Amino acid sequence: MRLEKCWFCSSTSYPGHGIQFVHNDAKIFRFCRSKCHKNFKMKRNPRKVKWTKSYRRLHGKDMTQNSTFEFERKCNRLERYDRNITENTLKGYLAIKKIDKIRVAREARHHDMRMRGKKAIVRQAAAMELEQSIHLVKAPAALQEDPSFTLRKMKVKISQSQMEDRMEK
Amino acid sequence: MVQYNFKKITVVPSGKDFIDIILSRTQRQTPTVVHKGYAISRLRKFYMRKVKFTQQNFHEKLTAIIDEFPRLDDIHPFYGDLLHVLYNKDHYKLALGQINTARNIIGKIAKDYVKLLKYGDSLYRCKCLKVAALGRMCTVIKRIGPSLAYLEQIRQHMARLPSIDPNTRTILICGYPNVGKSSFINKITRADVDVQPYAFTTKSLFVGHTDYKYLRYQVIDTPGILDRPFEDRNIIEMCSITALAHLRAAVLFFLDISGSCGYSIAQQAALFHSIKSLFMNKPLLIVCNKIDLQPLEGLSEDDMKLVMEMKAEAIKTVIAQGGEPNDEGALLPMSALTDDGVIAVKNAACERLLNQRVEMKMKSKKINDCLNRFHVAVPKPRDTKERPPCIPQAVLEARAKASAEKEKRKLEKDLENENGGAGVYSANLRKRYILANDEWKKDIMPEILDGHNVYDFVDPDILQRLEELEREEGLRLVAEAEEEDFEMDGKELTPEEQEALAEIRKKKSLLIQEHRMKKSTAESRPIVPRKFDKDRKFTSARMGRQLSSLGLDPTAAIDRARSRSVSRRGRKRERSLAREDGDAMDIDDEQSSKKLRTRSRSRSRSKSRPPGEVTPGEGFKDSAQKLTALKIAKKSVKDRNKAARRGEADRVIPNLKPKHLFSGKRSIGKTSRR
Repeated sequence: MRLEKCWFCSSTSYPGHGIQFVHNDAKIFRFCRSKCHKNFKMKRNPRKVKWTKSYRRLHGKDMTQNSTFEFERKCNRLERYDRNITENTLKGYLAIKKIDKIRVAREARHHDMRMRGKKAIVRQAAAMELEQSIHLVKAPAALQEDPSFTLRKMKVKISQSQMEDRMEK
Repeated sequence: MVQYNFKKITVVPSGKDFIDIILSRTQRQTPTVVHKGYAISRLRKFYMRKVKFTQQNFHEKLTAIIDEFPRLDDIHPFYGDLLHVLYNKDHYKLALGQINTARNIIGKIAKDYVKLLKYGDSLYRCKCLKVAALGRMCTVIKRIGPSLAYLEQIRQHMARLPSIDPNTRTILICGYPNVGKSSFINKITRADVDVQPYAFTTKSLFVGHTDYKYLRYQVIDTPGILDRPFEDRNIIEMCSITALAHLRAAVLFFLDISGSCGYSIAQQAALFHSIKSLFMNKPLLIVCNKIDLQPLEGLSEDDMKLVMEMKAEAIKTVIAQGGEPNDEGALLPMSALTDDGVIAVKNAACERLLNQRVEMKMKSKKINDCLNRFHVAVPKPRDTKERPPCIPQAVLEARAKASAEKEKRKLEKDLENENGGAGVYSANLRKRYILANDEWKKDIMPEILDGHNVYDFVDPDILQRLEELEREEGLRLVAEAEEEDFEMDGKELTPEEQEALAEIRKKKSLLIQEHRMKKSTAESRPIVPRKFDKDRKFTSARMGRQLSSLGLDPTAAIDRARSRSVSRRGRKRERSLAREDGDAMDIDDEQSSKKLRTRSRSRSRSKSRPPGEVTPGEGFKDSAQKLTALKIAKKSVKDRNKAARRGEADRVIPNLKPKHLFSGKRSIGKTSRR
């Protein structure tokens, strides 16, 4: 039993899910779900489809090179079973978890690096919008009186009779 | 000699089919269109072609039949006799002869009619001639219909004859019915002949093949022969007689010692003596079958004597062949049921046959050609010292041990059978694993953990690398902590400003939504112009609310709007018209303009009835009722009119698909469009 990577979106496909397509030259394409399979049949290039991992890696959204990736290597040669090694590996199953955590932290760091400076831009854009479109919510006359970019709290003139009615109720 | 293949004779069609085939072929493969305006030579050529074509086809097909059926004189006499026995030679020849005659007749017909066609002078005459020619040819074929049917049956039967090669090594099995010939052939070859307790189970010759000393032998099983005069024999027996007569084979005469076939040994011996003339020059073996029922030694005196007589005959043939007069090869006991002595019989028969054939070959002239090709080379002995093959002791011991071990090794299959069979026991596949430590054979290793394949992580120094990684990570974290990034610029928006921004965005999205709605309905629905205001959007209260939300004081605007509204001021007044009441100048702002209008207009026209007046035939009680009715009518259409919907006076198509437009033919013109 092996967990495979989907050829199109690079997510893991679990046993019992998805479809494998065997090409005439014996290359095997595995898909995790019919969405990927149908995209493949439409001859779409995964590097151009936004939600796939290959796109994200190509365009620098996710990190490509990392030492944590070195741990998970598919070995085509069969190794003879050795209890000690397996014990270490599994002991290190916690290790695998730690590796995962580290990897996730690094990815978050990568994302942060990417998003650096975004906040400033957003703030600037908001200020610009406020300044330019304030006329939609505040009349120029009111703006002249009160040149701040805020909405004035309206003072409602309630007539005397209405106030009495209310008090009675 | 032409090679015949009985299985590949083409199907002979019946008379009617034959005619159909040829005529339809003529129709398809010759030109079909001809008009009487053509030149006469062209017409003649056309019809001559048809006649010739038909004749040629008949000729071809009949020739094929005649050629493919074997000529009984040309084939091996064994087959010739066999075919004669099965299908009478005379009938066969007659049928083929008829076909030949038919072929010739058709040729003559065609020749004659072609000659006549050369002088045909009109289309009609040529056509009649052609019809006559084809008709006569077809009649000829109809007449030979029965022959064709007979030949077809023969063909089918011939295809199923066993393919016996008359020239190769053959072993023939003969004897009374039910003595065990078919069981014997079933045992030594892969033939699957029917074995049944009744006589004449085998009704025709059967062939099997067996091997001996790297050579292939044909074994032919014959139907049983009864002891009768030659003329009385039936077709089935004749088959075996034919085989005996013509094939140069080793003969195995089967004897049933136990008598369970229903015939005594005396009868069988009588048969033997009557057909022993057929055993000339053939290696003969007497086979005593069914010794499990009656051993050879337990025979009575008379029977023994008869058997010995037969054996003597057999030995005679051995001597005639040139072999030594040993009587072991002449009489052999066996039992087909218990497989006792079957192989011995086969070997003896094959050996005898082989020797005989070799002898024949040696005597013939051809041997001299190949004799010089045979040469056995033997190295010249250097001295008289003996040098036997030398096998080391260890090898001999190993051989002995291996043979002993082979018997006592326990197979997995035995193990499975012990423990309950295939469905119950599942073999332990790990039993023979070669591991560093045998205890590890029972280990179970997980394959998948947390979305990863464990095999991918297996590495002898994984822990080490992990340590390095953690160290790296630690360093990185430290470095990160040092360079804390200040993202604070200080240019944050205050909460009120954020509120304003949110309002702006809400308003923008509302505008977009409205635009989208307007845009999508513009084509499908009629647009009510703004002045009719069906949603009642343009009220002064609303305006007041909007203005106040923008931060302005609305009261002045509302007042102004109210004072200038149409309802207050009324529409344009008709100045030139006098009014009934005369108080036009003091007109109230509240009064509706419609009343003014109706009143002012009624004078300009000639006197027509006022709206509320009741005429006798209408059905109203009085004027008040009529006015109420009018009011209700107006009210009911008011909304619809304001919303610009389709009304009573608007065009309506009652029947979108009237029948007269969509069905029926037209008297003039086309109906390609509906």
